[in-house]
Amino acid sequence: MIPGGVPTPAIQLRDLRFAWNGRDTIDIPQMSIGRGERLFLQGPSGSGKSTLLGLIGGVLTPSAGEVVMLDQRLSALSGARRDRFRADHIGFIFQQFNLLPFLDVIENVLLPCRFSRRRAERARVEAGSEKSQARMLLEALGLDAEALAKPVRELSVGQQQRVAAARALIGSPEILIADEPTSALDEDARASFLGLLIAQCNRERGTLVFVSHDSGLATFFERKLLLREVNRVVTTAVN
Amino acid sequence: MLTIATIGVSVALLLGVEQVRDSARRGFASTVAGTDLIVGARSGSINLLLYSVFHIGDATNNVTWQSYQDITAQPEVAWAVPLSLGDSHRGFRVVGTDADFFSRYHYGAQRALAFSDGVPFRDVYDAVIGAQVAEKLHYPVGQSIVLAHGTGPLTADHADKPFRVVGILARTGTPVDASVFVSLEAIEAIHLDWQSGVRLPGQAISADAARHADLTPKAITAFLLGLKSRTAVFAMQRYINDYEDEPLLAILPGVALQELWSLLGVAENALLIVAAMVVVAGLLGMLTALLTTLNERRREMAILRAVGARPSLIFFLLVAEAEFLTLFGIVAGLALLAIAVAVARAWAQAHYGMTFDIASPSAAQGLLLACVAVAGGLIGCLPAWFAYRYTLADGLVQRL
Repeated sequence: MIPGGVPTPAIQLRDLRFAWNGRDTIDIPQMSIGRGERLFLQGPSGSGKSTLLGLIGGVLTPSAGEVVMLDQRLSALSGARRDRFRADHIGFIFQQFNLLPFLDVIENVLLPCRFSRRRAERARVEAGSEKSQARMLLEALGLDAEALAKPVRELSVGQQQRVAAARALIGSPEILIADEPTSALDEDARASFLGLLIAQCNRERGTLVFVSHDSGLATFFERKLLLREVNRVVTTAVN
Repeated sequence: MLTIATIGVSVALLLGVEQVRDSARRGFASTVAGTDLIVGARSGSINLLLYSVFHIGDATNNVTWQSYQDITAQPEVAWAVPLSLGDSHRGFRVVGTDADFFSRYHYGAQRALAFSDGVPFRDVYDAVIGAQVAEKLHYPVGQSIVLAHGTGPLTADHADKPFRVVGILARTGTPVDASVFVSLEAIEAIHLDWQSGVRLPGQAISADAARHADLTPKAITAFLLGLKSRTAVFAMQRYINDYEDEPLLAILPGVALQELWSLLGVAENALLIVAAMVVVAGLLGMLTALLTTLNERRREMAILRAVGARPSLIFFLLVAEAEFLTLFGIVAGLALLAIAVAVARAWAQAHYGMTFDIASPSAAQGLLLACVAVAGGLIGCLPAWFAYRYTLADGLVQRL
């Protein structure tokens, strides 16, 4: 960050290309997401959304171009360092099946702390211990003590998503990426979940990238972007 | 769970086979114990062992009574038990010997013969039978039996000289069980009016008359020797092998038994190979189980990746899982084997002369277990490799 200057973007994509089996799925000349921004990224299934998330997460390597996260060029990092970067700075929420069935609720939330010392440290600073931070987040997201004691398999989808959100938020990563987190929820649960999630993000002043095909949810966000506006590859939606 | 059970059973089988092999060898090696030398007419050492101890096959020649007296008169000799073979009773071998046999013949861990009923023979026409004979033919003490000349399918009865069972031996798990014992004099008596295996017509001698004839044997088939000191064994063996008056052969029972056992080595190894294949089958079962659930677990792997896990960790987790399953299977197998041995011990000893130790696994067994453990880990590498490849390809969002 340049002192006294404009803060650099949280995520920046430059001439990014990616091909599956020789066919281009991603061709993005330019895309930028600012720090603390709440972005609604809309795109139907098959539009390259999953690939894009993989690229941003550092799990997939682009065929050409750059992904720059928090001033760090991902291509400059080795595979292991990228994994560490992801653990340190990014939290993920997926559409469903977010939790590991062989761990209990608290252990699921604490997973990122096992892989990132930075986030573990921050959690301890925030709440005294990692476990306390986990409980605080779960409470803030609307989960009662009874749910905490249940095995993961017995939680409702809505409850599972809240646990996933707590896991993504623990240790205050700078960037939160949510991939259709409400698609498996019913109407009521959807609104309440979104409200709580955004409230937490505001508290942490982190960047939120919310990917969804449901344009109705865009009202919650300050900026909306259609994936086909930035991705030059036009793919027919797979239904 | 099922995987562990499968591996457990196959491991128990593998170790069980190894133990049976070991016990059978030890049991076999102690078919006759406490005897320093076995002496017979010169032939092959295994041949001598087979017909004198196992009652398999026949001697090519006899040992003259003269030679027997001469050798057993040597100062180094502590005791001697003569054996006269050649007759049978309904498929069981008849052994002519003297009363010393019952006290001198040892087996297993220096165990002596015991009578489950009755007494050793005293009268010329007394017989003592082994446990298997009594069981199969349902003979009680007092039973009257007729011996037959010859051991093959063509035999001729000594019908004019019936015998009476006066004693039944307790089970030993050795060839003793399948033998009928009579005195040397009895053998002489029934062959008084025979020559070259044929009854002489017109010269029949009644049973009673035979009792009063001179029943000193002219020849025996073989004899067991016990020496006063172990160190004299080789010298004695050489003496007998070089005996000028008659071609004789003296063998050390232990050595001959080892030789015989090594002939059977092929069968031993075949058994072990089969057991090993069962273990492989069990491990392959584990492999199948891991591979089938692999697809369902791609979601879990994607989650771990999202949270910062390296692909190598995913690989490691799957190998570790395979290894744990194998180790639990091994423990289960050991437990299963211990139970089986505890249950079958007594029965195996009585029926087959095999002793099982419930001691901890031997070095050979330990090696087998180590091989199984390593194999389990190696097999785990296959699904682990697939998982590794999947995570690299899937990215963060599994293509559902």
